[in-house]
Formats: sequence, C-alpha cells, structure tokens
Amino acid sequence: MIRVTDRPIDPGSELTAFCRGRMETGAVASFLGLARGERGAATALELEAYGGFTEVAIGEMIETATARFSLHDAVVIHRVGAIAVGEAIVLVLTAAAHRREAFEACDFLMDYLKSRAPLWKKEHGRAGPRWVEPTARDLADAARWD
Amino acid sequence: MTRVLLFGRLRDLADWREKVFDPPPTTLFALRGLIAADNADLGAALDGPGVQATVDRRLVRGDVALPKGSEVAFLPPMSGG
Repeated sequence: MIRVTDRPIDPGSELTAFCRGRMETGAVASFLGLARGERGAATALELEAYGGFTEVAIGEMIETATARFSLHDAVVIHRVGAIAVGEAIVLVLTAAAHRREAFEACDFLMDYLKSRAPLWKKEHGRAGPRWVEPTARDLADAARWD
Repeated sequence: MTRVLLFGRLRDLADWREKVFDPPPTTLFALRGLIAADNADLGAALDGPGVQATVDRRLVRGDVALPKGSEVAFLPPMSGG
C-alpha cells in the first residue's frame, strides 16, 4: 500500500494497524525518516510529488519488493508539502515470515525512495532554499540491488 | 493542446509549474524546441543530466510523437525519503 499525504504521519498508530491480525507473520520491520535540522542550518523541508504518477511508481516498487523478499505485506507512507524539522517524512513497514526478509525489504524500499521515486525535496535554511539531489552514496545504495 | 508539467528545480527555473501549448507540438523534440525558444536556460536544463520525460505518465527516451491532448512532464533527479 502506498499513501502520499500532506498530513503528519503517526508512526505508532500506523504500526499498530499494520501488525493487527497477523497470524503467520513473524517479523515486521519499520523505517521512519525524520526531517533533520543540520544543527540549525535547515529550518524546513518541502516535498513535491507528481500526483498519481508517484503513487503508481512506488506501488510498482512495493510489488517488486513483495515478490523479491517474499513479503506478506508492505506499506509506504510519504509526506509531501511543508515539513518542519523533527517531523516524519517517510514511514516504511514490511511484514515477512522471518526478520532477514523484512529488514532487507525495508532497506531496499528506502534505497529506491532516496534516488529513484518521483519525489523532489527542497531544503529551506540559513543559506536560502536549495533542491536536494541524490548523493553519490544514495546512488550507490540503490545500485546495490540492481 | 498539450499540457506540460515541471517539477523540482525545473519549476523554479521556469517560474511556472504547468503550461498549455496550443496548437500542440506533434513531437517531444518540437515541444523542447518551443520551450527552449521561449527560455534558453530552461531548454538547456531539460537536456541536462538526470532529467527524464514522461508522456501521459509513461517514461520515454529520445523523441516520440505526442498524441492529441497529451500530458508531458519533465522530471529532474529524484530525491525522496
């Protein structure tokens, strides 16, 4: 399931709902990304999506992850719009029979989201606004799975 | 008509997010030419590294025909998470 939203993410209630009624799932892994303040240099983030296209693209990657890691289920919730420092940007939840698959699928989905999902991130701060582009590390992280 | 969408730094560079081209260009290269004629910096940015194009929400490479009423988007390097 993919949800792109301009509303705050409540990780506790999302995790509780995701785990409910699972009788065969032995492992749920989660990743929560927060907007980092960079020691006062960054004051806010602004996330942009291509409505409809972004959901389809991320949904296809969730299907890929589900097949590749034998997941029982996976959820990506991604914020768009203005995000204050300290707020959640993204939540990834994965469910599998065993922990290795759940951890790896979570890692795989985050590496994809950082540099290949149709989302654009602008950082506002002391030095003025700047569009964030994937770092060499982000690109190398995503390429690990190719 | 052809609807064109820009995202990320391309939108800031152009100072528009969405624009309608009417009469519609018949190919993606023709559309790129119209955009570059209007704003050379934007035209160069659309040809820059990592910029992808979609036609009716499908990624395309090189030149393609633009169907009537199509939606074209230019996507700069992506950064979510």
